[in-house]
Amino acid sequence: MSEAQSVPPSKAEPAAVQERGFLVSSAPHLADRATTSRIMFEVVLAMVPLLAAGIYFFRFAAVALTVLCVAGCLAAEAVANRMRGWSQASLRDGSAVVTGMILAFSLPASMASGSRFYMAFMGGVVAIALGKAVFGGLGNNLFNPAMVGRAFLMICFPAAMAAWIPTAPMMPEAKATLAAEKGVSVDALGREDVDAITTATPLYQAAKLSEYVAKAESEPEKQDVFRAQAQKIRDAMPGLWRLAIGNVGGCVGETSALIALICGLWLVVRGVADWRSPAALLAVVVVFAGLAHWINPGRFPGPLYHLTSGALMFGAFFIATDYVGAPLTASGRLIFGAGVGLLVMLIRTFGAYPEGVMFAILIMNALTPLIERATHPKPFGGQLQT
Amino acid sequence: MIQVLRDRLKGLKVFSRGIHPPHRKKYSESLPIRAYIPKGELMIPMVQHIGAPCEPVVKAREEVVFGQKIADVGAPVSAPIHATVSGKIGVGTVCLLPSGRRVPALPLKPAESEALPANVLEDFLDRDWDGVDPAGYDPEAIVQTVREAGVVGQGGATFPTHFKLRRNPKTPIDTVILNGCECEPYLTADHRLMVEAPEPIVIGLQLAVRACGAERGIIAIEENKPDAIEAMRKAIAGRPELDVVVCATQYPMGGERQLIAAVLGREVPSAPLGLPLHVRVVVVNVATAHSIARGVVKGKPFTHRVVSVTGGGVVEPGNWLVPVGTMFSELIAACGGVKPDVVKVLAGGPMMGPTVPHLDVPVTKGVGGITIMTEAETAHWQESPCMRCGRCVSNCPLYLSTTKIAHAVMHRDYELAEKYHMSACCECGCCSYVCPAGIPLAQYIRAGKNQVRMIAAQKKAQDKKAG
Repeated sequence: MSEAQSVPPSKAEPAAVQERGFLVSSAPHLADRATTSRIMFEVVLAMVPLLAAGIYFFRFAAVALTVLCVAGCLAAEAVANRMRGWSQASLRDGSAVVTGMILAFSLPASMASGSRFYMAFMGGVVAIALGKAVFGGLGNNLFNPAMVGRAFLMICFPAAMAAWIPTAPMMPEAKATLAAEKGVSVDALGREDVDAITTATPLYQAAKLSEYVAKAESEPEKQDVFRAQAQKIRDAMPGLWRLAIGNVGGCVGETSALIALICGLWLVVRGVADWRSPAALLAVVVVFAGLAHWINPGRFPGPLYHLTSGALMFGAFFIATDYVGAPLTASGRLIFGAGVGLLVMLIRTFGAYPEGVMFAILIMNALTPLIERATHPKPFGGQLQT
Repeated sequence: MIQVLRDRLKGLKVFSRGIHPPHRKKYSESLPIRAYIPKGELMIPMVQHIGAPCEPVVKAREEVVFGQKIADVGAPVSAPIHATVSGKIGVGTVCLLPSGRRVPALPLKPAESEALPANVLEDFLDRDWDGVDPAGYDPEAIVQTVREAGVVGQGGATFPTHFKLRRNPKTPIDTVILNGCECEPYLTADHRLMVEAPEPIVIGLQLAVRACGAERGIIAIEENKPDAIEAMRKAIAGRPELDVVVCATQYPMGGERQLIAAVLGREVPSAPLGLPLHVRVVVVNVATAHSIARGVVKGKPFTHRVVSVTGGGVVEPGNWLVPVGTMFSELIAACGGVKPDVVKVLAGGPMMGPTVPHLDVPVTKGVGGITIMTEAETAHWQESPCMRCGRCVSNCPLYLSTTKIAHAVMHRDYELAEKYHMSACCECGCCSYVCPAGIPLAQYIRAGKNQVRMIAAQKKAQDKKAG
């Protein structure tokens, strides 16, 4: 009874409208159909092909990581809402799902195996808890929550975060190699043996190549050894097509640059993502990699290798376009994208890590307020000159 | 984005940014203007323009005749008010304006017989203007008659027109743009007027060009009014200094700054100091031009205006020639009343029009339409946190950091809001329209501007007291 009484008056009361007058509200009285949850849904939709590619290359691991990360994010969001005394409405806006998916896509498939499953969940929890909730929820966070979660995992579980397993299509060859090394038949390999198979990511190969070439130049007495090693890596490096479709070692959702590019362009066409950040990012990468390759082609791979390897394409369209951590202004977004591109290439070329998208994003996130202030737009027409 | 490209390819005039809301002009765009003869009491507000309020020049219970001046004031930015019907003035009172302000007003009871001449509609839409030579009018005299006729901008801002038309050697004018965009969804009053009475509009434009010493006049019409474009093209034939340009159907094309940018490519300095005259332009609404012509050539004061009563919530939409001061309730009753599922009644269009709480509100000089919206037509917002998507910023036609201003206002930091150029905002509402988080940005900014105005007024009063 009391429930029925507390229900607000129904909207469909024609007579009442006339009696009580009309609704008073501030203009405008029209709105377009975009809502936060609709935008998030489109982002999720755009990531589904990437998930499909992840499932193709890493089978169950892609699903398991996605589920674990999204669950971790939603759980943390729910707890944070509870602690703040907020309603759980933010669970439905989809932003936690997007964060969880981006985090999952940037983890190695090996994390889904047996004893490590809790890591992904923890990553999800930390992403939302430390990346978003502590700042006051959606829209208030300084850093990209998914990248915060990933950074946390990288610090806590460095070994797990660097254990790259071969993709499903690469597996038979990898098994055969291992069997040959052990001197047994492929069928005789134990489960532990197979689980322990790792592979090098294209960027790790690029880093090693650079290292050997540099060593060969600085230590002439051992030149031949290093040269041979460099050549060995060069031979093992994947071709462009393999890189583009993503049949290489790497994170579950990031390896396929081609699919990331197509899905990212779709987001741009739909007006969900701004073209500026990815365009500036990719342009800087092409220029930087092109210059390096032109200076020393034996040591530095070309722009296409960089564009198609690692998290670059995924990062350009799905992480660098994240609204919250990037500047609001048009020119600010260009600077943000260019900054990410430059930092990625600096880390890849000179840093201790083979891949730098995560750090680049986090650093640029920190610079966002400054960039925004510096690129504050002049109002139309400017001030009147008297 | 695709819409803008298409418009550019078609060679239409566009401005950068802005939005493309649904047109919804179908309700009334093909309905001819009809005359409305009021039966009940009219309410004539003493504030129907921006500037100094008028003072009555007639006494209570005085009989007045149609067109007689009933209120005026000496201030330069002002316009007199005339009796819009013949009848008897009541005792001065206070009435609610569509904007929500309460202002002094004079009730006017229409006479039993002959409150309005029988030919009021024919006279208003009279198309026989041959033989009128605008060059024969003295610029000073034009400005003076326009003031005496009580003409104010009918696009909504209600700025006294004569003040815009005065010549000033320091700010020469080269172009007068006639604003026939009517970019607000639903509204069709200007559209119908251009179709049904293009000749007086053209005369009005020529008079305006002459008054302010401009070289040319441009009539700007949005692409979604092909019949109006055709009618105006025909009407300007043989007048080389006039031109019709077709603008994209883009909101807010009818805003002065956007229109001047689209038509001439000139950028008016930002509000509140910048004005079109700083780029040598005067913008006049088509209905205002019509009133100028009637006032100057025929000596008819501004008593009537075209009002479209439209929207999904009105039984019989229509375009009406209405005496200023007619109550909304009467006019809407003449349209068959409202449907049961009506939620909002707007004075104006849905992008900028204020809502009225009830229908005891008079039509003023600035009301070009009454939009009656049903539950299904109006947007329903559920405010959620800003996720900094930047849509409000990238769609703001004045290049403002809208969300920053709104958040500064939320935190009552008006200084910060002003740093983000809050006072340059024209309140067009594009930001609220596009916001996916449902934040009423335009409302916050409007509130912030009011606050700043209030604080300034208080400070002024205190200073007066102290000094």
